[in-house]
Amino acid sequence: MNIDFSRLPETLDALHLILGISAIVLLFLQVLTLTFTVLALLRQSTKTPQALAKPVEGSPPSAITERREEKPTPPPKPIVLREPTPDAALQLLSLLQSEARLLDFLKEDISAYADSEVGAAARIVHEGCRKVIEQHFDIAPVRTEEEGSRITVPKGFDPAEIRLTGHIVGNPPFSGVLVHRGWRAAKVKLPQLSEGHKVDILAPAEVEL
Amino acid sequence: MNGEKRYCVGIDLGTTHSVVAQADIQQGEREKVPIAVLGIPQLIAPGTVEERWQLPSFLYLPHPEELKEEDRVLPFGDKTEHIVGTLARELGSKTPIRLVSSAKSWLCHAGVNPKQLFLPIEAPQEVPRVSPYQASLEYLKHLRDAWNYRHPEEPLERQHLVITVPASFDPAARELTFEAAKEVGLGQAILLEEPQAALYSWIQQSEGNWREQVKVGDVILVVDVGGGTTDFSLIAVSEEEGNLQFNRVAVGDHILLGGDNMDLALAYLVKTKLEQEGKRLDSWQVQALTHSCRSAKEQLLSDLNLDRAPVIVPSRGSKLIGGTLRADLTRAEVTATLIEGFFPHVAIDAKPLSRPRTGLTTLGLPYAQDARITVHLAYFLSRQIGAASDLKGVTLTEGARFLHPTAILLNGGVFKGQPLSARLLEVINRWLAEDNAPPARLLEGADLDLAVAKGAAYYGYVRLGGGVRIRAGTAAAYYVGVESTMPAVPGFPPPIRLLCVAPFGMEEGTEAPLPPYEFGVIVGEPVQFRFFASTVRRDDPAGALLDQWSEEEVQELAEIEVTLPPERYQPGEVVPVQLAAIYTEVGTLRLEAVAKDSGERWKIEFEVRGRPSQGQTEPTIEEGQPQAAEETIGESEQERRASFWPFKK
Repeated sequence: MNIDFSRLPETLDALHLILGISAIVLLFLQVLTLTFTVLALLRQSTKTPQALAKPVEGSPPSAITERREEKPTPPPKPIVLREPTPDAALQLLSLLQSEARLLDFLKEDISAYADSEVGAAARIVHEGCRKVIEQHFDIAPVRTEEEGSRITVPKGFDPAEIRLTGHIVGNPPFSGVLVHRGWRAAKVKLPQLSEGHKVDILAPAEVEL
Repeated sequence: MNGEKRYCVGIDLGTTHSVVAQADIQQGEREKVPIAVLGIPQLIAPGTVEERWQLPSFLYLPHPEELKEEDRVLPFGDKTEHIVGTLARELGSKTPIRLVSSAKSWLCHAGVNPKQLFLPIEAPQEVPRVSPYQASLEYLKHLRDAWNYRHPEEPLERQHLVITVPASFDPAARELTFEAAKEVGLGQAILLEEPQAALYSWIQQSEGNWREQVKVGDVILVVDVGGGTTDFSLIAVSEEEGNLQFNRVAVGDHILLGGDNMDLALAYLVKTKLEQEGKRLDSWQVQALTHSCRSAKEQLLSDLNLDRAPVIVPSRGSKLIGGTLRADLTRAEVTATLIEGFFPHVAIDAKPLSRPRTGLTTLGLPYAQDARITVHLAYFLSRQIGAASDLKGVTLTEGARFLHPTAILLNGGVFKGQPLSARLLEVINRWLAEDNAPPARLLEGADLDLAVAKGAAYYGYVRLGGGVRIRAGTAAAYYVGVESTMPAVPGFPPPIRLLCVAPFGMEEGTEAPLPPYEFGVIVGEPVQFRFFASTVRRDDPAGALLDQWSEEEVQELAEIEVTLPPERYQPGEVVPVQLAAIYTEVGTLRLEAVAKDSGERWKIEFEVRGRPSQGQTEPTIEEGQPQAAEETIGESEQERRASFWPFKK
């Protein structure tokens, strides 16, 4: 039999049709499996606690944006509750203890002391806590209007930012009195920790030689 | 990666804090170039790293068991043996025997060799010591690594770099600062005086408006009160070819007195009050008290309605409420201690008190004995009365008793307290009023904490042709001591004459003419010269020989030394040399011995003070009494002195 490789088939036969269709179906299947694998991997990586070296990134606002990126998940979206990493919390406690003696203050029984003595200690705690907060967070009010003034809540507001209370009826825009301005952490900047740093030691015992 | 220099970096290598700022050459134009401050990663607790604007200039030498290896990591470089920065200061507050502080002030100490390992002074024998030079080196290394960590594409070694030094630093201390920079690979650095940097920063911040705030004939007084030092400079404004020209005309003495002294003064006041109530404080509590006094002081100085602020000393144990001490700091006390203690009204002819030092029993920094900053200022201004007399446009009123400043620029965190700056202005204006001169005004808008680093970065930019420059030459004339050829009188050291080698106001990159005097130097043997400086004798040319001078106008610095290597000459041969002085582009003074016959040059070393014998750990300090030392000279010393004769041509 003489086979000419330079010639193209002039008519479409059944075999070629089947070949073509199966190629398209297989390609579609492969794309589908790949998408699912990537999604599954993504979800896993947000669930595991972050490496010790940079707990700073675990701040709430950035975590929210990470979750939003997952939107193209297929409809049966399982509800995943975030497990907060204890490292950042322990770190903050340690800072509050070293700068503000917060744990010393809270662990002490204050009933035995006069108000003036408690007040003296409270000043240390207040000054120190404030220093820690100012150094590591940028905290700004959510609403800049005066408390007690009447404000308008527009349509499509973010319920995480504004909590409505009282007589909630009708449709937005709502009008109401600003009771509390709210607080927003515009920036979180916790110190970096070395690999192997024991975060569970909030304050070391001190021994003077 | 491109090899172009992209940034002008300024490093404020301070006594208590260091700051790094940068100007991006590619952005901005002329006076509107943006200046940013670098966040410096540093350990703030074991194993905890944070970026801060300021790197506390403290070095802590930990015990090998004290910190785990992983607790000493930094994002850059290897695990460090020594701790630098905030953690060093924190650990040192509880273990002062392992803390090195004020290393910079030691660089300018005439009695010790800054390369000798003797810090911390109070450390017991087993603590490995470091030298003040090494400590400065470690701070620079940390700053360099911090920069390179942030800018891996533009390493600091390849950027324009300006390092600031106090205006009152002597040539040896400047040389050491530059040498340290060179040793960490930053040999391209140039030096700038801190008060000048503050003025540069003010110029930059005004974004061109400075031309409306200063005029020809202005004399700007820069008062820079840092954590540990006080520095004065006078900058006169003249006109040249239609342009305003700044001239740094005078700098003050090296005064070891600063904001830390103020906090300490308040702490001792409160300590006395507490002790009267029968409460005892240990040394850690005094530290805590100083911190607490600082914040109470800041409260009282910023809120003028406040009558008293509480000072709290927490207990060291975990019982916070039971063991806490409380006292009040009242406005009257702050006024009495700070304003009347550090900024009192004094007469313009007042001089700082100085008690004779009680022997040389303990070695320490020569802290100012008179805490009154206004007295130091009065003395400075009246000594420098003739500083601007050569400049066109700057005129003094008839019968003036001091150089009248017309504008004042303040620098240093101390002046965040508005009452302090107001009082300083009041004192100066009272002096001016007594001389029938118009009052001086305050130049506004200076960033008190970061100005020096920012100004240094801006100066680097200005040097590339980006804006107005301050003309500043050497701020002192330098002399070597020459024994006079009088017949010897038994029991009296031969009188010394001073030969001027570097005149006042030498410009960068120039060499002074060779003085027409020769010295015979024995090849292979070190020859020392006594070295002097004067910040007020402006008219002595190079080669001037002074028979008479007063202690007040001329200060003796540490001795300088030259050794002729025996390569070209026979050992023991006497080579006649002349002394040449070069003020380098970097901003350091370089002295050289020039052979009369061959023109060959040898560098004269500055760092020979307190030269120790090999292996000795305690610094020797007999340099403070050179006369007494000469009484007991040995054979070789006799020879050295014999070889050290001046002869006129």
